[in-house]
Amino acid sequence: MTTATSSRVWWPICVLSAAFLLWRAAVPGGPGMARVYVKPAPAEADASSAGWLAARPDESGAVVSPARTAGVWVAALLTLAIFSFLYKDNPAYRFAEAVMVGVSAAYFMVAGFWDGLVPKLFIPLSQMEWGTVGEVGRSLLTLTPLVLGMMLLWRLLPRGGWIARWPLAFIVGTYAGIRLLSFLEADFVSQIRNTIVPLVVRDTDGLGFDLWASVRNGLMLGGVLSCLAYFFFSMDHRGWYGRVARVGVWYLMITFGASFAFTVMGRIALLASRLEFLFDDWLWLIDPLGKRPPPGL
Amino acid sequence: MLRNTIPWLIAACAGSVIIAAYFVPSAQGWQDTIGQWFEVLASFAFVLGGVNLAMQNLQKISAREPGWGYAAVTLMSFLVTLGVGLFKVGVPADSSGSRWGGSYQAEGSAFWWLYEYAYNPTISTIFALLAFYVASAAFRAFRWKNTEATLLLATAFIVLLGRTYAGAVLTSAIPEEYSAFTFPGLTTLIMGVVNTAGQRAIMIGIALGVAATSLKVLLGINRSYLGSGDG
Repeated sequence: MTTATSSRVWWPICVLSAAFLLWRAAVPGGPGMARVYVKPAPAEADASSAGWLAARPDESGAVVSPARTAGVWVAALLTLAIFSFLYKDNPAYRFAEAVMVGVSAAYFMVAGFWDGLVPKLFIPLSQMEWGTVGEVGRSLLTLTPLVLGMMLLWRLLPRGGWIARWPLAFIVGTYAGIRLLSFLEADFVSQIRNTIVPLVVRDTDGLGFDLWASVRNGLMLGGVLSCLAYFFFSMDHRGWYGRVARVGVWYLMITFGASFAFTVMGRIALLASRLEFLFDDWLWLIDPLGKRPPPGL
Repeated sequence: MLRNTIPWLIAACAGSVIIAAYFVPSAQGWQDTIGQWFEVLASFAFVLGGVNLAMQNLQKISAREPGWGYAAVTLMSFLVTLGVGLFKVGVPADSSGSRWGGSYQAEGSAFWWLYEYAYNPTISTIFALLAFYVASAAFRAFRWKNTEATLLLATAFIVLLGRTYAGAVLTSAIPEEYSAFTFPGLTTLIMGVVNTAGQRAIMIGIALGVAATSLKVLLGINRSYLGSGDG
């Protein structure tokens, strides 16, 4: 589609959409859209719930929140800007992407500051005492992460960037130690333990033979062993060993197929939730959860 | 020495203490201390990343490189989010009358607003976009050409149908005693037996790989994380 043809198609669509939004949002007595109602939080509410809580429009004391209503508009326009990438790369998508990068970088920085630096560094620093030998030792331990942190930030300076290798080595070494233990304990040992199951399963009364459970356990054990045989490259995958490894490949293909299906379902669920946001919270065209009183009431 | 050996010794000591504390209960205190330092340094790493992002974008804007306008948007949204988060703008006062005691994520605060209406919608929409691309890639790549590809294709088809209402409806004519052959029944069998076996083998393989890589780092065999330049 040429640019001129594209403009001829998209301009009428944009104008009609804007007129539709204007009618829903601004016409008095119209259907309305995107308004968010809040009510004062009860006095016993904890600090994380602030002064106002989301409310239904028909609740007593509910008022429109201009900030949250603007937020729904911002969220809807950003959502549409990102969906526009399905057509082609365009300035609206790039704008939304730039906003996402900036906000997410700052989000993690702020979270790191309030959840990491303040409770684990600044508060202990403010409580340091230097009176006795023990207190001096504890204070030096408290100062160590500050020094390492400063060394890490040295990387931003034009010279002496190698100084950041020390704290980086600390991070890598600590992470390696934590991962080594957690993977060996949670994945390696526990997976092997769960795979060691009886191949002949008795009934619950202990007298009969549970064929289905036995077959299940046999298929499970055989599957794990055959997959591990495929992963073991120190032996040539030939002869009987090759046939076992081939069965392992079949198991793995079924596993990948199931994983693919779950990935698709997860993405479709996310897509549905975004569409639900657009049609429910923004446009008020649907109301599956009964968030608003029916029109006319 | 300063640039290679000491960093390796630091990595080896930190990792060894973590491992030793697992086997020696009296070393648990050291593990906690190192864990706390690790969390502080991870927070410093976020600061490093944020400052680096700001510097890169400033450089792009000052050099008027192509797309500098988007760099300006990134920088602006970064600074606004950082400012309202660090200064707890809009956070309601706590019982002492100060907003500094309240949570930076408190509902109704400016930081909460940015998370709720800018960060969350953009991230989830970008992930939702992948639904189209995964489906498109699958349509082009999935072919009934050999046993392995057929197994992959058939499993994806069965599991997708088995976990939806359509799957149950399509095989509703199958009698109850043969329910294992319905789409939901086959999905249960695949997920409970074959998928579990495959996932277990993969997890065992990953665990061995992670353990080997960690040991190479701690023993100084792998020092690639130190980089090659002089900095």
